[in-house]
Amino acid sequence: MKPQSSCVTIQKEWDIVGARHVARDMAKTLGFGTVDQARIATAVSELARNIYLYANNDGQIYFDMINTIDGKGLSIIAVDSGPGISDIAEVMQDGFSTSGGLGAGLPGVKRLMDEFDIQSELGKGTKITAKKWVR
Amino acid sequence: MDSKFKAIVVENSETIVEMWLKEVGTLKEVNRTATISDEVYKSTNREFVDVIFTSIQTQGSTKAVEAFSEKIINLGWPLSYITDGLQVFRRVTIDFILQQSDRVDTEYISNVLASVDRWVEPIIRILVNEYTGNWENIVSLQRVALQELSAPLIPVIDGITIMPLIGTIDTDRAKLIMESLLQGVITHNSEVVLIDITGVPVVDTMVAHHLIQAAEAVRLIGAKCILVGIRPEIAQTIVNLGIDLTNFPTKSSLKKGFMTALEITNRKVVDVKPDEDSIEKLIESLQGE
Repeated sequence: MKPQSSCVTIQKEWDIVGARHVARDMAKTLGFGTVDQARIATAVSELARNIYLYANNDGQIYFDMINTIDGKGLSIIAVDSGPGISDIAEVMQDGFSTSGGLGAGLPGVKRLMDEFDIQSELGKGTKITAKKWVR
Repeated sequence: MDSKFKAIVVENSETIVEMWLKEVGTLKEVNRTATISDEVYKSTNREFVDVIFTSIQTQGSTKAVEAFSEKIINLGWPLSYITDGLQVFRRVTIDFILQQSDRVDTEYISNVLASVDRWVEPIIRILVNEYTGNWENIVSLQRVALQELSAPLIPVIDGITIMPLIGTIDTDRAKLIMESLLQGVITHNSEVVLIDITGVPVVDTMVAHHLIQAAEAVRLIGAKCILVGIRPEIAQTIVNLGIDLTNFPTKSSLKKGFMTALEITNRKVVDVKPDEDSIEKLIESLQGE
């Protein structure tokens, strides 16, 4: 029996790869198709990279398998204690980036996943919850 | 005090060795060294305990310990074999010295503990250092090997170069890709560069960003960049992420990309027709006989 939940701490760039592997493995066990597996892995990659780039390497990603009457799915929660986001509407716009990137990360994750929620407090940190359901 | 304990231990080395071997023998399963034959295990244990005693007697001579650690590393035995072995030695020796004396006051016991620690600590330090040094060496060698593999550039025919990318792309590798791409375009005098991402497991915004930058840089030095090997699931995630690759010609497979590259360089692949006339003549001449 594979573990139902898992946690990856993001400190180095290679931890992003580790988080991605965990996500892909869990998605495979849950019975996601290859396209959804790629979507989940990409979303986790974005979330982990955000922690690595902006949250002073201080954050975790929690993975939980959801198995209820409503359906099966994977819940991903990215928590960091970084500087926080002052204007959430701004970061959810396509093309907004503070680091010269493409600015497609967070809006991209929202489109890749089925459910998306972001909470942030300046100076305290950010918590992003994303879910994907098996169809 | 220290020399007195040492004398006790050296005089009774046979008994201590026997006790130690018995204890260590039970550790075999724990150390997951079940694949090692009993013979080898016993002889190595014997050697290990000899090394410990030589180290205690000569105090400071590290040659024997270093030679032994090298042997263990080459055998590929776990570090826990050594640390467990030395823990057992410490326990057995302390037990033994305490049994030899009727004194049980705290000062005596702490003296015994301090002495035995002083013998065992340097051995542990040397062995662990040797082990970690060996690991660090392996890791740095592998890093170099990975770097050599990370951004290969293959000139296939005049003007067309292929860069196959396999595995995860991180910031360091992205830099390497950019450098060797530009360098390669200049040295091979390429008109078209094909970047093959069949082996890249995930294309997120960072990877896409680096690829776009690389293509833009290639365009600036007058060559054309085609992204090939985009798997269907990668295509979908790129669309979901909203990454704009419209300025970047893409193809699903390396084969199609190569055909496009040939078109750009005004060339095409032609099947060579077998020389029918000569075959007919050959048949005729055979029939004539």
